[in-house]
Amino acid sequence: MGGFVSRGFKGRRRAADDQATRLPPGQYAERGFPVLTAGPTPRIDLADWRLKLEGLVATPREWTWEELQALPGAGFEGDIHCVTRWSKLGTSFAGVSVDTLLEAAEPLPSASHVVAFCYGGYTTNLPLDDLKGGKAWVVWEHEGEPLPAEHGGPARLLVPHLYLWKSAKWLAGLRLLDHDAPGFWEGLGYHNRGDPWREERYWGD
Amino acid sequence: MGRLSWRLATVAEVRPETGRVVTLALEVPGWDGHLPGQHVDVRLTAEDGYQAERAYSIASSPDGSRVELAVERLEDGEVSPYLAGELRAGDQLELRGPVGGYFVWEPDRGGPLLLVAGGSGVVPLMAMLRRRAAAGSQVPARLLYSSRTLEDVIFREELERLAAAEDGLTVTYALTRAQPAGWTGYARRIDAVMLEEVGWRPGERPLAYVCGPTRLVEAVAGHLVALGHDPSRVRTERFGPTGVP
Repeated sequence: MGGFVSRGFKGRRRAADDQATRLPPGQYAERGFPVLTAGPTPRIDLADWRLKLEGLVATPREWTWEELQALPGAGFEGDIHCVTRWSKLGTSFAGVSVDTLLEAAEPLPSASHVVAFCYGGYTTNLPLDDLKGGKAWVVWEHEGEPLPAEHGGPARLLVPHLYLWKSAKWLAGLRLLDHDAPGFWEGLGYHNRGDPWREERYWGD
Repeated sequence: MGRLSWRLATVAEVRPETGRVVTLALEVPGWDGHLPGQHVDVRLTAEDGYQAERAYSIASSPDGSRVELAVERLEDGEVSPYLAGELRAGDQLELRGPVGGYFVWEPDRGGPLLLVAGGSGVVPLMAMLRRRAAAGSQVPARLLYSSRTLEDVIFREELERLAAAEDGLTVTYALTRAQPAGWTGYARRIDAVMLEEVGWRPGERPLAYVCGPTRLVEAVAGHLVALGHDPSRVRTERFGPTGVP
């Protein structure tokens, strides 16, 4: 469809130069933090809250809220990208690196994929490699404040190099598998991996 | 399933709905149909190659190659002032879709239906009601629709016509900012009491679709769960400006 021009469209919000290189194709910079959710926001009592790491691991693990907080902390500062086309530049989250959790559970050599499962029933799938090597976190603070429930609190997964639907809200655990198993949106037409820099929004992109 | 490719659509008609909302009736050659509740991605291209993309819900029931979008003009928006102010019949624009497979309803999914809208969040719900009417469905349906004023109610004449058909649809407005003289309806934001009065009892196991600004969606979905509705039967979609500081 090359060459098409929208008659009379000029575009007002060209990103500033320093932002332009940080915006993946088809994205715009959003100052707020929009909420996109498929159902009601689950309310989880911290006393009952658990995070599980299970499946193909040598030692299945389960952390209480206090136990998770006691792990070595880690944070992310940078940009996040939602498939609905907004990006939030220069934001920050704090929690624990997924590497720390994986080390505690010791993935088996056969583990290749992960399903993140959540309070409320949401799931999303990722290659294990996308969660290793300092690329993924379980976070409970956003810009210095407790993560609000509508943004996934008590704790959410954060995988900022993929579209944000991979950063599952209300995380309940990670299940390691030896095969890929599409999650909620991946089964409803969204891309299996979701790399914003390759604009992997939908099936076949 | 193949890639969702960009298609060139032609504007067949621009229909004002309210002071801020227009319906764009598009002819989309090769359109394969859609499910009520789905959306499309729209892409605009400036002469220098700059592009802007946004998602818009489909307002129409599946009808051949005709696809209708209803677009609210946001004063600080980049794309909506063009779609709802500049575009006219005969213009073209690029779109791809349909997208989304969860916030959708077809008559065979049954009910009873509880549709709750805030502002332009009524658009995907209108697609469901239009589909229901076109299919001659008798699935009981209740629409609870919050607007600032009566003049801001999108599709008002058509909604009143649909409700007058007495085929199991009721339409209830909540006017939050101003009400016409003699208004006897709700004059406040949607709250738990209203949902209890208008909605179904949890034991009737309604399918609920809630669409609007975040604050409304979060509040309504929370109330429904607190009233005892099954969270897995409450589907939500955010709609409208994304600026949530």
